[in-house]
Amino acid sequence: MLELALRGSKKYWLWLGFLSIFIVIGFAFYIKQLTVGLGITGLSRDVSWGFYIANFTFLVGVAASAVTIVLPYYWHNHKIYGRMTLLGEFLAVSALIMCLLLVIIDLGYPSRVFNVLLYPNPSSILVYDVIVLNGYLLLNLICGWTVLHSYYKGTSSPSWLKPIIFLAIIWAPLIHIVTAFIYQGLPGRHYWLTAIMAPKFLVSAFSSGPAFLIILASILKKVANFDIGERAFQSLAKTVTYFFIAFWAFYLFEVFTAFYSGIPGHKAPILYLFVGFHGHAEWAPFLWTAVILAIVGLVLLLIPKTRKNETTLVLASLAVFFSVYIEKSIGLLVGGFTPNPFEGVTTYTPTFPEVMITLGVWATGFLVLTILYKIVLEVEKRRILIHS
Amino acid sequence: MALNRRDFFRILGIGVISSVGVAGLGRISSRAEIEVVEHKASPQALIGKRWGMVIDMKKCLEAGEECINNCKAIKACHITHNVPSIPDKKKEIKWIWMDNFIHTFPELEDIRLKEHLKKFPFLLLCNHCDNPPCVRVCPTKATYKRKDGIVMMDFHRCIGCRFCMAGCPYGARSFNWIDPRPYLTSINPEFPSRKAGVVEKCLFCYQRLDEGKLPACVEACPSKALIFGDLGDPNSEIMQILKERFALRRKAELGTQPSVYYLI
Repeated sequence: MLELALRGSKKYWLWLGFLSIFIVIGFAFYIKQLTVGLGITGLSRDVSWGFYIANFTFLVGVAASAVTIVLPYYWHNHKIYGRMTLLGEFLAVSALIMCLLLVIIDLGYPSRVFNVLLYPNPSSILVYDVIVLNGYLLLNLICGWTVLHSYYKGTSSPSWLKPIIFLAIIWAPLIHIVTAFIYQGLPGRHYWLTAIMAPKFLVSAFSSGPAFLIILASILKKVANFDIGERAFQSLAKTVTYFFIAFWAFYLFEVFTAFYSGIPGHKAPILYLFVGFHGHAEWAPFLWTAVILAIVGLVLLLIPKTRKNETTLVLASLAVFFSVYIEKSIGLLVGGFTPNPFEGVTTYTPTFPEVMITLGVWATGFLVLTILYKIVLEVEKRRILIHS
Repeated sequence: MALNRRDFFRILGIGVISSVGVAGLGRISSRAEIEVVEHKASPQALIGKRWGMVIDMKKCLEAGEECINNCKAIKACHITHNVPSIPDKKKEIKWIWMDNFIHTFPELEDIRLKEHLKKFPFLLLCNHCDNPPCVRVCPTKATYKRKDGIVMMDFHRCIGCRFCMAGCPYGARSFNWIDPRPYLTSINPEFPSRKAGVVEKCLFCYQRLDEGKLPACVEACPSKALIFGDLGDPNSEIMQILKERFALRRKAELGTQPSVYYLI
């Protein structure tokens, strides 16, 4: 089936070429990072994780969100997602490839990465994260590829696939819960030490992921004449709306707990992110952007007229996507490391090489996504030809 | 010469079987040579049930500004352990350093705090916790706790994921963001230097304890403000001090059980 990705229009190849430029630039900067060390990033003794892990965390959510399509389709026989499941599964595959790349890029000593398999520490959450992320990648590849292959052959999916699909459904929330546990079990990191971290991660994933799928599906409709159908768009829009409300509600619960209790440690990160702490408010413009995007997105999603209009729905989805992206990536990381263990502020700004390496990873993800979607579209085309 | 399919597989088969055989024999013979010997501490080594430290900041304060600003304990530690002097604050590496009261005990901040308390210098280092979060989170056991309580660090196993730095609530860990070797003012060939990409911290001078010596900082302090000893031995000097005087531990409420106590 892979050969289907080798034939395409001029636009298809131009897009792949465009992505490749970013991959090459990112890779060149990564070579520099390998020789110089992580010193080329803006990270420091006090803010020891940054842009890489921020993007990683967000993308784990995108990967987990495939379940919002797969579960209704396979568990509740939600037929209108028929043309969507493969898009969801392959989005998960691309997001997971980005996640794994980002984790390896963030390592100080990447050549020793297999020490995690040689000497795994059973009490380290990171070990479990390696297991669930790789497992989920494998499950989605198996499920997506097998279903696609049976479409290609014109047969129905093999019966052994059913249990694997159900396993993937159960597995999806796990990847995000385990990723939340990386943060929420650390003593002394006030912003992260909260039991609502895992649920907040899940609802933010289940809003930003389907929002991203709405955007992707709308692009496919324009450039590839592949329509998931009006009802599928609307069904996704409802998923986005409910989970997005839950996401900001959970955030406000955190704000209530911090400020009503008045505990300085709990207030400090929120103050730093939104209004300033010890005279520092480097990320406040970004966090307020997230809030404004959230309001815009919610208004567009809650008014039936704008939700049902595809253009405004795509705008709302973009707002949701970037709102979650800001809060859950850079906001989460900088908030967790500020204030530092001495209740002071060490500022962090990603450097140019850091941003370019991350962009390279995103370009790689989009390249994988494009190739996988291209195969799906070609198989669909053939299916329609045979049926007509 | 053309090789037919059957001959090809025959030759391949002979090759595989013989190489596996040779490798197997080699393994059997080499197995007999390896003798596992349990590591035993040398006879002069200092042995403790639970190593700990008491730092008398009053002695430190009384020693005067000159002594505090040129702390001999810090210098001795950093020279002994090849700790580089990197000028960039964000990339610096430190095993033991000086800070003020508010930064050391942020939860005790009080605007009516006595002025003299604000003047106190505090020597900060790894707390060698009884319940260390860094050991819990390390994915490869590169950082681990010894039976005598020392939280160790294997520079050669560390993958540089920095989970331990996020886990440590005391900011005791440093990461080698760049190659540290150009920043060494002197080199101690007795102790390994590090490469870029690994985490490091105070190791309670485990290598000096093995030789029967006290930690370098304890030995170097002219006012004897640092007292090292066995918290597991009720008759040890530091246990006697802790019985008599009120001592503080950093962020005791987190349950990490630090082994470094401060007297003020």
